[in-house]
Amino acid sequence: MLSCFLYMNWRGNTAAVYPLTFALSAPSPGPQPHESFETEPMLSRFVAFTSLGRTALPNQYDLLAFLLIIASFVAIVEAARGLGLPLAAPEATAVSLDYGDLPYYALRTVLRMFAAMVAALIFTFTYATLAAKSRRAGILLIPLLDVLQSVPILGFLSFTVTFFLGLFPGSILGAECAAVFAIFTSQAWNMAFSFYQSLRGVPRDLNEVARSFGLSGWQRFWQLETPFAMPGLIWNMMMSMSGGWFFVVASEAISVGDTTIKLPGIGSYLALAIEEKRIDAVFAAIVAMLAVIIAYDQLLFRPLAASGARFRVELTAGQKAEKSLVAELFARTRWLRALVRIPANLFQTIALWRMELPLPPRPRKTKPRRLPLLSRAADLVWFLILALGAAWAASSIAGYIRQELSWSDLGESVLYTVFTMLRVLLLMALASLVWVPAGVWIGLRPAIAEKVQPLAQFLAAFPANVLFPIAAFLVIEFSLNPDIWLSFLIIFGTQWYILFNVIAGASAFPNDLKEASASFRIHGIDWWRKVILPGIFPYFVTGALTASGGSWNAAIVAEYVKWGNDTIAAHGIGAYIAKATVGGDYPRIVLGVAVMSLFVIVFNRCLWRPLYSVAEKRLRLD
Amino acid sequence: MQPALEQDLAAGKNRLLEVRNISHRYQTGAGEKGPAVLDNISLDLKGNEIAGLLGRSGCGKSSLLRIVSGLIEPSAGEVRYLGQPVRGPVEGIAMVFQSFALFPWLTVLANVELGLRAKQIAKEEARKRALKAIDLIGLDGFESAFPKELSGGMRQRVGFARALVVHPNILVMDEPFSALDVLTAETLRTDLLDLWVEGRMPIKSILMVTHNIEEAVLMCDRIIVLGSNPGKIAAEIPVKLQHPRNRLDPEFRQLVDKIYELMTKRLEPAAAGRATAFPGLGLAMALPRVSTNTIAGMIEEIAAEPYSGRADLPAIADSLNMEIDELFPVAETLQLLRFAEIEEGDIKLTAAGKRFADADVDVRKKLFGDHLLAYLPLAARIKLVLDERPTHAARAARFLEELEDYMSEDYADRTLKSVVNWGRYGELFAYDETSETFSLENPQ
Repeated sequence: MLSCFLYMNWRGNTAAVYPLTFALSAPSPGPQPHESFETEPMLSRFVAFTSLGRTALPNQYDLLAFLLIIASFVAIVEAARGLGLPLAAPEATAVSLDYGDLPYYALRTVLRMFAAMVAALIFTFTYATLAAKSRRAGILLIPLLDVLQSVPILGFLSFTVTFFLGLFPGSILGAECAAVFAIFTSQAWNMAFSFYQSLRGVPRDLNEVARSFGLSGWQRFWQLETPFAMPGLIWNMMMSMSGGWFFVVASEAISVGDTTIKLPGIGSYLALAIEEKRIDAVFAAIVAMLAVIIAYDQLLFRPLAASGARFRVELTAGQKAEKSLVAELFARTRWLRALVRIPANLFQTIALWRMELPLPPRPRKTKPRRLPLLSRAADLVWFLILALGAAWAASSIAGYIRQELSWSDLGESVLYTVFTMLRVLLLMALASLVWVPAGVWIGLRPAIAEKVQPLAQFLAAFPANVLFPIAAFLVIEFSLNPDIWLSFLIIFGTQWYILFNVIAGASAFPNDLKEASASFRIHGIDWWRKVILPGIFPYFVTGALTASGGSWNAAIVAEYVKWGNDTIAAHGIGAYIAKATVGGDYPRIVLGVAVMSLFVIVFNRCLWRPLYSVAEKRLRLD
Repeated sequence: MQPALEQDLAAGKNRLLEVRNISHRYQTGAGEKGPAVLDNISLDLKGNEIAGLLGRSGCGKSSLLRIVSGLIEPSAGEVRYLGQPVRGPVEGIAMVFQSFALFPWLTVLANVELGLRAKQIAKEEARKRALKAIDLIGLDGFESAFPKELSGGMRQRVGFARALVVHPNILVMDEPFSALDVLTAETLRTDLLDLWVEGRMPIKSILMVTHNIEEAVLMCDRIIVLGSNPGKIAAEIPVKLQHPRNRLDPEFRQLVDKIYELMTKRLEPAAAGRATAFPGLGLAMALPRVSTNTIAGMIEEIAAEPYSGRADLPAIADSLNMEIDELFPVAETLQLLRFAEIEEGDIKLTAAGKRFADADVDVRKKLFGDHLLAYLPLAARIKLVLDERPTHAARAARFLEELEDYMSEDYADRTLKSVVNWGRYGELFAYDETSETFSLENPQ
């Protein structure tokens, strides 16, 4: 589910982690959109008189696209209508369980998601660029990013709600910002990482072309670096989206201390359904969520992925092209394409501005470049500033926590984190035990894999917390032990990452190796240990890494669930943070989030990174 | 071109390009100056000539080309273009790349236009010039294609058009045909030469880099042979043949043979000591990547009929269809390990080489291992360290660090990999890739 704990080279396993591939637009050759174009110039040459009118008229595809666009405008306006309302106004936060209101709530949810994505993009373009272009900034920014992606996302929410409410007093906009910010934190980090890596990895020869043709820094950024980074960025945006639904649901209905926020959306609809114990409304929310995810994928990301394919640097055709019905529709329109050309040309013009600072060109010294001593001294000063900053931050955090908490609180939070870690580890192991054999079985049978794979990918994107109330209901109904049964929720949404990655790995297992193992009669345990497990290992690690990151995040919601007035909590750091959030106990929130982040960082460094590098180095089959 | 420039060039007042005492060094792993890549190179480029830099891979010819076009800064020396010192990319010099280096997200037309648009040349003007260049280079009809839709030859044509469209005085080409198949390369060469001879390209001179002797003789008016380690000018050979040149012309063949001899001469052992063709001495020797199968295969080839122990290098290159870039490292390795001697353009098996050819696998491995220890200081050093240590194990990093004192990181890495492979074949030591450790034990 969450890409937030994970940064991976997107080229490594593109097929494996591609979040949503629906059977809908799977391999259906269909009519080729450009076929009609090729004939058009020919025609117009012969039918000179009518052709003028013909090409100028919009075609039926324009109409279809036009309707789609206007509909989305209407949707945005409709959804934005509620934004400026004062917090006290009854309709601002009142949520009804009427099914008829669900489409509107879904719109609001989607708009929130969209706003977060825009923010994440802006962040990516500034933060990652700064980190890549300035060595000294990179020293600070990259480790910071690494830590940021280990902080539990709902932890951010607990902190920022009051801040944003204070920013827009009395308006619902503050609450909206807090929700958008929480979603933003689930999306931005891996996008920034991907962009940073791309900027650093621009092929040398392309860079030399840019320099030898005298492109300015601004021109190089838009003509070379950004296009080069596009495929990785788009892929990471899709991963972020897939993870973001979880947090959109979690952040719409939240109470921190006395502040209770309910933003109209699927998440708050669900929260209300839980409060009123309306199981039918829970199912309605699930259906709405399904519809939203499918629409988002079809209307936004499929077209994006299709257009992103042209930025790939591999100069070979013949790779499987991403298909998108919407992109094909757009390709057939006439007016719309002409209309889009205006902003596209404008962008091209801006991208070609030289944007040089009005300084005289720097004279290049023939002597050895800047004195290394001076540079080192500057480095030293910079490091000193960083160290002082870190010391100040550490002391102020410690001071803040110490005001209210004692050492025993630290011990408690560490103990709870250990509980949660055990939970994550055990459930990961359990899920692997189930899904690795299942995934291998499915992956080796292409006919079945074709049907199951899209489903598994869809389940990974589906926000599992929508289903939590049902679990809570069951736990209460049958008086089950929450410490055991709530644990399953941690892995509930994330296990699919293991499944679909293993399926992808098993499907990609080379046929000659399959035949070789068959001809040497390798069976049973030996086949698992020597043949298939090493074969799918890189895929498995990718999936497990993603699943593990998601599970830590899910813990905050999964260890502390509600059904009506009943609250069930398991022992764990997730419940600890959730409880502190409800109680508005900021020192405990800080402590819990800090300890959990620390554990996650150590967990990643000591377990996943080594595994990943083993997979990269020794077990790659291509 | 500007008439003033024409006059200046004619009067010999300003040279088109002057390269004065250029030296260049690698950065070693430690960030300090490493061994020299280029050593004191001086040359001139006159108007209206094609000059070729001919040399093996690693002789620094690509570095020289990048220094000339202002992409990298030399450690010492100066390049002057039209009398002005070159400091950074020069407007009058355009480059064609071995890898084509096209922007995959731009169409052919946009790729060609980019250099003009970057300089704020008006859209219409840029379009006009780009279409003209595309037309000139034979890309008509491909304007709206993306590079990935084109064949290698067509892609390189885009590379040419992109360079020509900015109307450079000097076209520099970095092995522009070596990524193409034989037929395509030949077509492209011929087309380019036709345009050149007919004076239809808006350029004054061409400076090209190649490791293909025949290509150099076919195209260049002057061939500058670069010796390796470090790269310095070994010879300058004018080519007076009329275009179009015929590869089968005896004069052409003679010239090719002459250059061949000139280049293999470097392989012959120097009189003083037994300096090898590899850069550096002793531990500091940078080794090429040559597989033991190739070594064994070459020994067998020379031992067998028709060579019977002594082969003419050009002949064996021809019969094995190896370019000098592939052949020379093998020959040099054989010589280093005393399995063969190189003299007068011939390669001759030593007594050990003949024994190797006749032996079975185990004897071969033993013999190879013995020769490694005796003649390859790095192998002997690794073995010694392993023998002396009680654990009989040593991390690769310690040897790598030692090597990086003498050579660039890439070379150190390559050298160590070669030693690992050769040592494994000679059964001198074992190497574990995961822990990057040498040891004396064989895996269980």
